[in-house]
Amino acid sequence: MTAELVRGQNHPLPQARLEIRISAGTPVVAGATLGDENGKVHGFEWVAHPGTPTLPGLEVSRQAAADHRLAVDLEAVPEAVHRVSVLLALPAADGTVPVRFGAVAAPFVAVTGLDGTEVASYTITGLEAESAVVALELYRRQGAWKVRAVGQGYAGGLAELFTDQDLPQAAQLAGSIHEAVAQGLARSVPAPPQRTADGDRSRQPAAPALGPDHGAATASQGAPGPVPPASPYDPHGAPGQSGPQSPYTGGAGELGSTAQPSSTGSGVPIDYSHPRRQNAAPPPPPPTAPPAEPGQPTRPVAGDATGWSMEERLYNQVWGMFEDLARTTAAYRSAVDFADSRMEKELDQVLSDPRSRIGGQGDAAREAARARHGQLVAQAREALDRDLAQLTAEAEVVEPALPAAYARWDNPVWHAYRVPMEIPMALRLGDLHLPEADRIRIPMLVRLPLERGLWIDTGRSGSPDGTFADSHEMRRLGLETAVAHAARLLAVHPAGDFTVHVIDPAGSGGQALAPLVQTGVLAAPPALGAAGAADVLARLTQRVDLVQMAVRGGAADSLPPGLDTSQQLLIVNDFPHGFDDRAVNQLRYLADEGPDVGVHVMMVADREESAGYGPLLDPLWRSLLRLTPVADDHLADPWVGHAWTYEPSLVPPGSQVLQQVLTQVAAARRSWGR
Amino acid sequence: MTKGQAISLQKNDGGSLTSVRMGLGWQAAPRRGLFGSRTREIDLDASAVLFADKQPVDVVFFRHLVSDDGSVRHTGDNLVGGVGQGGDDEAILVDLQRVPVHIDQIVFTVNSFTGQTFQEVQNAFCRLVDETNGQELARYTLAGGGAYTAQIMAKVHRAGQGWSMTALGSPANGRTFQDLMPAILPVL
Repeated sequence: MTAELVRGQNHPLPQARLEIRISAGTPVVAGATLGDENGKVHGFEWVAHPGTPTLPGLEVSRQAAADHRLAVDLEAVPEAVHRVSVLLALPAADGTVPVRFGAVAAPFVAVTGLDGTEVASYTITGLEAESAVVALELYRRQGAWKVRAVGQGYAGGLAELFTDQDLPQAAQLAGSIHEAVAQGLARSVPAPPQRTADGDRSRQPAAPALGPDHGAATASQGAPGPVPPASPYDPHGAPGQSGPQSPYTGGAGELGSTAQPSSTGSGVPIDYSHPRRQNAAPPPPPPTAPPAEPGQPTRPVAGDATGWSMEERLYNQVWGMFEDLARTTAAYRSAVDFADSRMEKELDQVLSDPRSRIGGQGDAAREAARARHGQLVAQAREALDRDLAQLTAEAEVVEPALPAAYARWDNPVWHAYRVPMEIPMALRLGDLHLPEADRIRIPMLVRLPLERGLWIDTGRSGSPDGTFADSHEMRRLGLETAVAHAARLLAVHPAGDFTVHVIDPAGSGGQALAPLVQTGVLAAPPALGAAGAADVLARLTQRVDLVQMAVRGGAADSLPPGLDTSQQLLIVNDFPHGFDDRAVNQLRYLADEGPDVGVHVMMVADREESAGYGPLLDPLWRSLLRLTPVADDHLADPWVGHAWTYEPSLVPPGSQVLQQVLTQVAAARRSWGR
Repeated sequence: MTKGQAISLQKNDGGSLTSVRMGLGWQAAPRRGLFGSRTREIDLDASAVLFADKQPVDVVFFRHLVSDDGSVRHTGDNLVGGVGQGGDDEAILVDLQRVPVHIDQIVFTVNSFTGQTFQEVQNAFCRLVDETNGQELARYTLAGGGAYTAQIMAKVHRAGQGWSMTALGSPANGRTFQDLMPAILPVL
C-alpha cells in the first residue's frame, strides 16, 4: 500500500508514531522545522537539527549521514504546531563533498510505520544547484495528519530555507548547524580505518555469532589480561555507530570511491588483491606471553595483537591500550558520578525529612550516606588501579619495543636511526593521557600518508596548569614543535619520498628552523616575503592540479617529466603575515585538495591573528588536525569522547638526536638525487 | 530453567563466572499457500540494559554495540536471522570482571524490530552461556510463545562477591528496549 508520491501530492497518515527514512547516497544533514497554522516557524526552539536533535515528538540525527531514520510521534507534537517540515542539506564545503544536490544521487524519503511498512515514499528529483531542500511536510488537516511531497530546493542553502520559513536570524542558525556537524571533525583523534566501507549505515548486519563450539576460543582471551581490542579492527565496525567517528567513515568511503572507481562495468579487469595487504606470505608468529605465575596476572608482551607484521601488531596494540584506558576510565568516572549523585539525593532526603531535625538521627543518616559514597568510590578506584597497573606494565614493555616512527625522541631506537626503505603504517605525533592515569602515556599514532593537514595552534589557550606563555614564546614553541613533526615525517620516509617546503614570510623563524636549514633537508631555503610565499603556493597548487587531472583522467604516466612525485609538506609560519586574499585562497585549496594527491599543509598559527578574514577561514581550521605546542586537553577518543591531554613529541633539551637524524636524511637525499 | 528461578554464577569448583554470553537465534516464518518459499524477513534484536540502583546507566543494543566501559559487547545486528542452524544469530558478551562497580544488575531483552510476534518466528531461542566453557546456563524457546513482540529474558545481578542470574522470561510488547523500560522496572 505504499504510495509513491510526486511533487505536491499528499497522502493520509494512518498512525501518529512514524519513522521517516532518508537515503541519499552521500552524507546529508537532516532536520525538521515546526510551523504554526500559517507555516511560521517561531524561533530556534522550533527547529530540530544536529545541534539540538530532540523536540517534543521529534528526533533527528546528530550528524550527517547517507541514511537517516527520524522518529516522529505526532501525538507528542505541541498543539500549536500544524506543520512539520523535514529538510535535508548538504554539509558545508570541506572539499570532499559536492555542495549541490545536482551532483549527487536523488535523495529518497519514505514515511514508514514502526514495523517498517512503508506508508508513502518520495524521490526528490530535479534538483540542481540547490544545497538544501524541504523534502516532506507533515501537516494537520481537520484533526488528522497528512504528508505532502514538497521537494522545494534552495540554492542559498539552509540560510535561505530558514529565511523562507520566516525564521529570524536564519543565517546564524544555518551556520550553527554546519558548525555542529563539523565539530566532531576538528576535535577528535582520527580513528583507525575500518575495514568495511559501509561504516555509515545506521544498522549493520553481523556475521553469525560464534556457535557453542567456538565459544571457548574467544573466552580464552578473557582472562585477567586486557580485553582484546576488538572493536576498532573488527569487521563488524563496532565504533562509529555514534559519536565523533562517523564523519571519517563516510569520508573514507568517498575517498576510496574516487581513488578506485568501481570499474566492473567498463571492462577493466577486477583487482582481487587486498588493497592494503602487500604480500600473502604468512606472518611470523606473534610473540607469546610467558606462562603466568600462579595468582599473578599474565605479564604483558610487546606485539601481543593481531597483524601481519610486528609494526602492525604494535600499532594495533597501542590502539588497544588506547581503547582500554578510555573504557576503564569511563567505568571509573561513571561509578564516581553515580556515587556523587546518590549521596546528593540521600543528603537531600535527610534535609527534607522533618524527623532528622531533632536529635542525632539526621547526623547519623548523613554519615551513612557519606560512608556509602566513600565505599563505592573506593571500590571503583580499586578496579581502576587494577586496570591501570596492567596497562602500565603493558606500556613498559611496548614503549621500548616501538619502531622509530612510533617512538619518542628519547627512545634509543632514534640513535640507531637508518634511513628506511619503506613508509611506516603510522607516525607518532605525541602522547595522550588522562588525569586519572597520569603515568600512562598513550602514543598518538596517525596513519600515513596523512589524511589531513596539521595545525600547530599558537593561540593563547593557556596550558592546563594555568601558566600563560606569552605570545612570542608560544610562536617559538609552535615552530619548534612543527620542526620536530616535520623532521619525524622526513626521517620515516625513504630518501626522496618526502619533501618539505617552508614559508616564513617575516623571516622570524630562523632560529627554530635552523635544524632543517643547516642539515640541508629542505627542498629550498625558507621562502621569505609575500613574493616568496606566492611562488611556493603557486608551484604546489599547480602540482595538485596536475596530479588531480592525471588521476581523474586515469593517465598517471602523462605527468610532465621532472615533476616531483614525492609527498610534499608545506610549513607555514606566521600566518597570515605576508598573505593576500589570493594566497589565502590557494592555501585553502591546498588544505582541501592536497591530502588526496600527497600535498599536506602544516600551519603554525594563532587563529585570532587571522580573525580579520572572518568566517572565510573557518573551513580551513576545521579541515586541519589541531595540535598544540604545550600540553592541552582538546583531543577526544573515538569511543567514549573523553578529553585527552595531548603533548607533542619534542626532542629532549640538549639532545643532538634531531641533528644526527636529519644529517643522515640529508646525506641519503643527496645520494638519491644523483 | 523455569521462570523466576535464580542460579548463582559461582562455578561448581568454587571459582566464579567471569564471562557470560546471551545468544539469540531465530528463523523467519515461511508464508502459507502459494509462494511458500517467500519468507518474510524478521528482525529480532538483543539488548542489555545496565542498571545502578534501579537507574539505567548504559545500554548495549544495535546502535551502541559496546558499553562505554567496554564490559558489555554486542556482536552486531543481524537483520534476518536463520543463518546458522541452531547457532546464535546475535550475541551479547558480558565480561563480569570488568563491569563497573556501581552496576548491580544487567537485564537482557529481546525485541521484534519488524513487529512480528513470537508466534510467527520459527526456531527462536534465547540462551545464556558460560563463555569460559561453552556450557549453557539457561535456555528459552521463544517460538510459538504467544502474541508478544518482546521478552525480558533474564537478569544478571550482583550477589555477595560474585554474580547470580535470575531467569525472568516475562513477555512484553515493544520495538526496542526503550519501549520495555516500564516493564523492566518492576523486575529489578
